[in-house]
Amino acid sequence: MGLFNYWAVIALMMIGFYTVIARNNLIKTMIGLGIFQVSVFMLYISMGKVADGTAPIRVQSEVGATVYSNPVPHVLILTAIVVGVATTALGLALIIRIRETYGSIEEDEILEMDQQS
Amino acid sequence: MNWQQLPILQVILPLLAAPCCLLLRRSRWAWGFASLVGCLAFLIAAKQLHVIHNSPAGAISYQLGDWVAPFGIEYRLDRLSGLVLVVVTAIAAVALSVSRRLLKGEVPEERHHLFFAIFLLCLTGLSGIVSTGDLFNVFVFLEIASLSSYVLISMGRDRRALLAAFQYLVMGTIGSTFLLIGIGLAYMMTGTLNMADLAERLTMTLGSVYGEGASLENPALPVNQTRTILAAFGFLTVGLALKLALFPLHAWLPNAYATAPTVVSTFLAGTSTKVAYYVLLRIIFTIFGLTFAFQQVGLQYLLTPLAVTAILVASAIAAYQADLRRLLAYSSVAQIGYLVLGLSFATHAGVTAGIVHLFNHALMKSGLFLVVGCIATRQSGLTLESIRGLGRRMPLTMAAFVVGGLGLIGVPMTSGFVSKWLLVSAALEHDRWLVAVLVLVGSLLAIVYVWRVIEAAYFQSPDETGSDEVGEAPVGLLLAAWVLLGATLVLGVYTDLTVGLAREAATTLLGGGS
Amino acid sequence: MSPQSLVLAAVVMPLVTAVLVAACGRRPNLRETVTLVSGGLLLGVVCLLVGSVDARPEVNVIDVIPGSFDRPAISIGFHVEPLGVLFALVASGLWIVTSVYAIGYMRGHGEQNQTRFFACFAVAIAAVMGIAFSRNLLTLFLFYEVLTLSTYPLVTHHGTEAAKRAGRTYLGILMGTSVVGLLLAILWTWQLAGTLEFRVGGILDGHVEPVTAGVLLALFAFGTGKAALMPLHRWLPAAMVAPTPVSALLHAVAVVKAGVFTILKVGVYIFGTDLLSSSGASVWLMYVAGASLLTASLIALTRDNLKERLAYSTISQLAYIVLGVALATRSGVIGSGMHIVMHAFGKITLFFCAGAILIAAHKTRVSELDGLGRRMPWTFAAFSVGALSVIGLPPVGGSWSKWFLALGTVEAGQWPLLGALMISSLLNIAYLVPIPLRAFFRDAPPGVGGDEETGGEAPVACVVPLCLTASGCVVLFFCADPIYQFLLSVTVN
Repeated sequence: MGLFNYWAVIALMMIGFYTVIARNNLIKTMIGLGIFQVSVFMLYISMGKVADGTAPIRVQSEVGATVYSNPVPHVLILTAIVVGVATTALGLALIIRIRETYGSIEEDEILEMDQQS
Repeated sequence: MNWQQLPILQVILPLLAAPCCLLLRRSRWAWGFASLVGCLAFLIAAKQLHVIHNSPAGAISYQLGDWVAPFGIEYRLDRLSGLVLVVVTAIAAVALSVSRRLLKGEVPEERHHLFFAIFLLCLTGLSGIVSTGDLFNVFVFLEIASLSSYVLISMGRDRRALLAAFQYLVMGTIGSTFLLIGIGLAYMMTGTLNMADLAERLTMTLGSVYGEGASLENPALPVNQTRTILAAFGFLTVGLALKLALFPLHAWLPNAYATAPTVVSTFLAGTSTKVAYYVLLRIIFTIFGLTFAFQQVGLQYLLTPLAVTAILVASAIAAYQADLRRLLAYSSVAQIGYLVLGLSFATHAGVTAGIVHLFNHALMKSGLFLVVGCIATRQSGLTLESIRGLGRRMPLTMAAFVVGGLGLIGVPMTSGFVSKWLLVSAALEHDRWLVAVLVLVGSLLAIVYVWRVIEAAYFQSPDETGSDEVGEAPVGLLLAAWVLLGATLVLGVYTDLTVGLAREAATTLLGGGS
Repeated sequence: MSPQSLVLAAVVMPLVTAVLVAACGRRPNLRETVTLVSGGLLLGVVCLLVGSVDARPEVNVIDVIPGSFDRPAISIGFHVEPLGVLFALVASGLWIVTSVYAIGYMRGHGEQNQTRFFACFAVAIAAVMGIAFSRNLLTLFLFYEVLTLSTYPLVTHHGTEAAKRAGRTYLGILMGTSVVGLLLAILWTWQLAGTLEFRVGGILDGHVEPVTAGVLLALFAFGTGKAALMPLHRWLPAAMVAPTPVSALLHAVAVVKAGVFTILKVGVYIFGTDLLSSSGASVWLMYVAGASLLTASLIALTRDNLKERLAYSTISQLAYIVLGVALATRSGVIGSGMHIVMHAFGKITLFFCAGAILIAAHKTRVSELDGLGRRMPWTFAAFSVGALSVIGLPPVGGSWSKWFLALGTVEAGQWPLLGALMISSLLNIAYLVPIPLRAFFRDAPPGVGGDEETGGEAPVACVVPLCLTASGCVVLFFCADPIYQFLLSVTVN
């Protein structure tokens, strides 16, 4: 069906979101966040597809009218991917520091340690 | 001097200055350079506001790379943008100029240049959000600002800053991603990312947006009545509510403000949520328009109850806090409730009240956090227990706190009174009695938590344990705090500037929407 | 000097005094001189303003809420009109007298923090001047809040746990009512009338339904916590922990009178007596005030602590003034205005005497006062005069104001309230007259007194003021007519 992509988007979004909320382990949270963001990338790219369109790269050898997919969503997604990479990198760096400081990366353990101090 | 390049200069200046700070290894040089950039940014913002005010269209427009809008990215500043930009850069300038003193003891000196680099990136992000007229650009700058804030917060001395930063990262990224989804859905239906163009296309019919040759079930349906656009609006609003710390999505704010370095709290308290509010105003009023948001979607039925709940619940929680910064953070959540309440009235008076309060509260809260910073330079404890008797040992500092506290309560002659007055008048204008009474009850709750601090500082005697060296705060810090809090008093009396500007901004917002 | 500058001077001068007092903290005699000199100057300024009342001069200081296309700006502004001038005269006149008394009291009692005391006193007087001369509700609200804040350090002066608790009650009730009641009422008024100015005949005429007017009046009456209308009266007895000069000036004169003055001014210049009487919006207030005055008198009977008894008496007398406003007849309003003056003098005398008794004999309870009159004849004589004024018997000033209030009830046809006034006067006799009687005609209990410290009168600095105010009560009896004429222009359109 033509809407398969969008169903996939929703599925991934919910899986990612659930992982973020329901998991204690900080790395798992980051993974969930990553999946969540990937679903959005898929959304953009899916919407950019023009029927019968090819990749939006101009090839010199081809002459005449060719149908390209919309390049703008691809551009937007490249930006968003970079942002996602930065976020993931930052998140992981924070997790490393948390591990160094607390000795654990389970959120409930960390909170307990904070309560005690 | 070519004033036309100012919009891009506002963003490029801190952006390029950030890596320069990385190169300036010495803390003193990095600080000096960063402060200079901060002051320059403020001057540019002030000049831009001046130009906007005098221009016939009431706005300045700049096209990036000379690509024509709506194909290219356009920077568009109208009165509201100008006002918010001035607030953001003013607080940045003040915070930067005193930052070195405040960082002592919180961030190791060899990391100061990194701190300033990230701070300037945050300023870039915030300036960019306010300056741009392109929706995706908003997302990009929002992420720049957010990522830098996560880093800034994590630099706090307390180890809880790390977890606070991480939680903020997770929640903030979810918010930004929602924003991204909303932008994507809106782009899908209209084909444009430029805010002004988007506003226009949303009111057109599907047929005219897609043109002939498109196979549509219902070409006469206006774009803003499609389910996709409704979903887009929903995602955008919720995403921004997370960034705005609107109850109940506020959980990240108290931890973040309480554990971050004091400079960071000072800066973020006055800017990050205010800029998110600005984006919300833009999206609701400029892009989607009054009719869509309040008649079709009925946003006020969601926002008004949430705002009132925020005011009451957050103020009540603030009254129970022992830590000063946490108290101020919950107070911020309550004040954000006031902001959103003004917005949700969807009248000229309500939006004016919201904008005036944006300005006033930014100055007040940053000033109050700066006072906490002053206290932190003299003693390590920042709880109500440890500030006992501080009114006698640090009279000027605590006097500044009293001024800020009176502003939060809304005592006449402070700027807080002006915004409360405008807000309650806006409520009464359309017979929203319960809301008006609840806003005033919120003031009462504010009295309670401000009173707890004043009582501890002035009416309780300090513990005997070695607090003899506590003298007045350093002069520079004190001066900066008084500048911000003195503005509370000045703007409580000379209200023409803020209220006049806010009224004009509100007219543009409400008139410009569909 | 023009009336405009005089009015501004009246408000600014006490503020300057406060700064000077704070600066002279190290030299008590200089500090006291500053207070006394400014008191004299202030009285002079206000007396000068008496002459310009007919012209009703006005001055605007600054626009606080800017105007928009449909509403004019709201400013901080002052004007001169009879009620305000009367109140200002009373307050400024009694400030000097109280300052003399306070100097004697504070030194006689060896009190701490005297600089803070006198400085806050000056700020409070500045706030009272601001309220008296306020031109619109916003100015009045501003100075009302300043008054609450500046009197807080005075109430909690002793710094004990009891004082702090009382301070919390004080601040809680006054600020709470002012934010949720008074501010809401002011905003609502602005919404209805488009302006907040005090004008002859009121500004609400034609803008408001009778029921709405009644609710709005309720917000004003209960929002003005300083008027101590029951059930929001708890702060007044709680504030009696303050030193006696504070109770005397502030809680017999300045703070409570500011409260009822607010209600009076609102009734006359915001609602207008015509609107109130024709719409019947204030009938409920008459009965609340009536109940308040009876209940407070009854409670006063049961109180043995002298200051507490006087506090409840004050609550009762304030309800008289609110009643006069609620009656909304000419006699009622004039009676209210007059009672502000008469009661101020009478009550301050009583409080001065209570303080003198505390200093000289260290007694606070009524049951302990037997036979004290022989050793403190001046004090108890003054007490008797003050008591007569509060009860309302000739030849003391209080009788005129009670007369006009009773006339007001007749004019409004409210016979039950006339009965309430009569009963209350009887109750006043019952709780006030026994005090000088016991002091003069009973013997002191054995074993009490006899040491040189408690022998004799209070210090001269305390006795002179209380004799002055007592004679003032008598003098006012003969001044009733000028006051009547002065106030007449308030109700005549």
